[in-house]
Amino acid sequence: MKKLITLAAGTATLLGTLMAGNAMAATTLDAVKQKGHLQCGVTSGLPGFSQPDDKGHWTGIDVDTCRAVAAAIFGDAEKVQFTPLTAKERFTALQSGEIDVLSRNTTWTLTRDASLGLNFTGTNYYDGQGFLIKKDIGVTDAKELNGATVCIQAGTTTELNLADYFRANNMEFKPIVFDTSEQTVQGFASGRCDVLTSDRSQLAALRSKLADPSSAVILPNTISKEPLGPVVRQGDDQWFNIVKWVLFAQINAEELGVTSENVDDMKKSDNPNIQRLLGTDGDMGAKLGLPADFGYKIIKEVGNYGEMYNRNVGPGTPLDLERGLNALWTEGGIMYAPPMR
Amino acid sequence: MSESMAPPKRAFAPIRWMRENLFNTWYNVLLTVVVVYMIGTSVGPLLNWLFLDATFTGADPKDCIGDGACWLFINQRLNFFMYGFYPDAQQWRVDIMFLLLAVAFVPQFIERFPARRWLGIFGMTGLPIIGYILIPGGWFGLEEVQSHKWGGLMLTLILAYVGIIGSLPLGVILALGRRSEMPIIRGFCVIFIEVWRAVPLITVLFMASVMLPLFLPEGMNFEKLLRALIGITLWQSAYMAEVIRGGLQAIPRGQYEAASALGLGYWRKMRLIILPQALTLVIPGIVNTFIGLFMDTTLVLIIGLFDILGTVQSTITDPSWQNVATEGYVFVAFCFWVFCFGMSRYSQNLERKLDTGHKT
Repeated sequence: MKKLITLAAGTATLLGTLMAGNAMAATTLDAVKQKGHLQCGVTSGLPGFSQPDDKGHWTGIDVDTCRAVAAAIFGDAEKVQFTPLTAKERFTALQSGEIDVLSRNTTWTLTRDASLGLNFTGTNYYDGQGFLIKKDIGVTDAKELNGATVCIQAGTTTELNLADYFRANNMEFKPIVFDTSEQTVQGFASGRCDVLTSDRSQLAALRSKLADPSSAVILPNTISKEPLGPVVRQGDDQWFNIVKWVLFAQINAEELGVTSENVDDMKKSDNPNIQRLLGTDGDMGAKLGLPADFGYKIIKEVGNYGEMYNRNVGPGTPLDLERGLNALWTEGGIMYAPPMR
Repeated sequence: MSESMAPPKRAFAPIRWMRENLFNTWYNVLLTVVVVYMIGTSVGPLLNWLFLDATFTGADPKDCIGDGACWLFINQRLNFFMYGFYPDAQQWRVDIMFLLLAVAFVPQFIERFPARRWLGIFGMTGLPIIGYILIPGGWFGLEEVQSHKWGGLMLTLILAYVGIIGSLPLGVILALGRRSEMPIIRGFCVIFIEVWRAVPLITVLFMASVMLPLFLPEGMNFEKLLRALIGITLWQSAYMAEVIRGGLQAIPRGQYEAASALGLGYWRKMRLIILPQALTLVIPGIVNTFIGLFMDTTLVLIIGLFDILGTVQSTITDPSWQNVATEGYVFVAFCFWVFCFGMSRYSQNLERKLDTGHKT
């Protein structure tokens, strides 16, 4: 009996120590600083968002979003490590503390925001679902797609959106479901379906995989809202604010015309908005627990939002996407960041 | 009395052989014609695609013209497919491991190679230790390379190798335990084996990567690779135990009794008499399980580890290349074939050499 009590006491002590060790790293920011790097969850390969390049270096807009956070904390955009995650794993990895930020092409929805113990910090890309269609079918609007066979990738919200859209418009469709995106393209190329549906950001990339890309067109319709953005764990408001304001700083920088090239000159600017952004006036960083010049570091190392966009997905890249909704609010888009003051 | 003559030598006569084997009945004639036609029409285009029209060298995606395969894609990404994110400057460490692996195991195919046996023993004991020091680094002045940077063929080999090295001894112990006369040990081994064997590997990996972190307190994390390695090894050892148990059961009772009659204790009996015979009997089964494990390692893809298939899949969607999915998958298939074929040849070699004459 005595032995049992000793054993129980021992176990309790051990558990207590573990819990205490856990409680010591109080905030995510402290834990990240202690580790010396940011741990960021990304996709395991999605063109323009996060994909390893020839050198095995991660590139993409989701990747750059993480680099910006690292630049804000450490002043060094390379102090970030990437964990490639599948769609199924992504939320668990964040909940369990394996990663600090999830920047993995994740759509902001009510269910995810409210019931997973997570918070979406903003939107770094406004996406939506669209259609790729064979040119010779002659359809110019998605409303004319009644009775079409549609190639889709399995297990995505794409499938549900498609069903919703056709039901809402009283149309019939025949889905042909594939497991991966390259199989979906193959199915479309070999004529098993008339239409391919996916996020608009990916349609251009998928179209470029066809033997004759000019044989297919992207319809103008967008049938769903897919705001994609970084996600953090709920319950650490400081960390939530940091990730949120890093993106806002990038958007504000574009609006103010501050780029990675002119940022050093801009430091001498008289514009109080720029001064606050770059930390030459008013200590905005301290309110977030960051260095005063965190804005300067982000822009210097990663660039403003427009640079990040153009480098990864904009015109001239293989994805070749117009700014559209992702343009600044002053230029007809909906990218709008609260003021830094 | 005429002298007896030796029977006429059977000369190889292609025409006669063909008549006897390929054209002896009307349906064989038909089958031959159809098969020859199919080979004739498919081999040419296949060779064209694989070699003649293919692009091997160049600078960027635009050099891939023509209808052949675009091996340039594999060529340019080869470094990534081999080492994953392992830093360029440190890749010599992986190269040393590749080399040592070859030094330890290639001689096993060559009869009469000096010290072959010792090289094999080194491959099973010394090599894992060297690998444990060399690949992650962090001591002896070696720069630390964390496991999330490992990838490609290197990761595939690590997964398979650790799985094999870990599961064989564990499997032997479990098999012996299952045949033990001590009820607690036997019960434990039976439960362990039956539980792990009843679960598919994909579930084990999901549990290790998705469920386990939820049970652990927040902030306490094992590396993902470590969790996967433990999962694979435990799962594999259950299968291994059953294969070895088959060998143990095939040993005649007389051998056990004779060993006891010589006054050998349990461990010496097993080590000197029973296990050498039992393991020899089940070599094909063991290697079969290894080959299965080697191919099963691709399942780590679903938990976001970049093995060779993962690295290829993550890059074939790159929009700056034309459709290179086929090239990627052919390359992966070739890599797997090389290793699995090697293992299977090795097991046949071993079987021939250790042939005890039990077989009929």
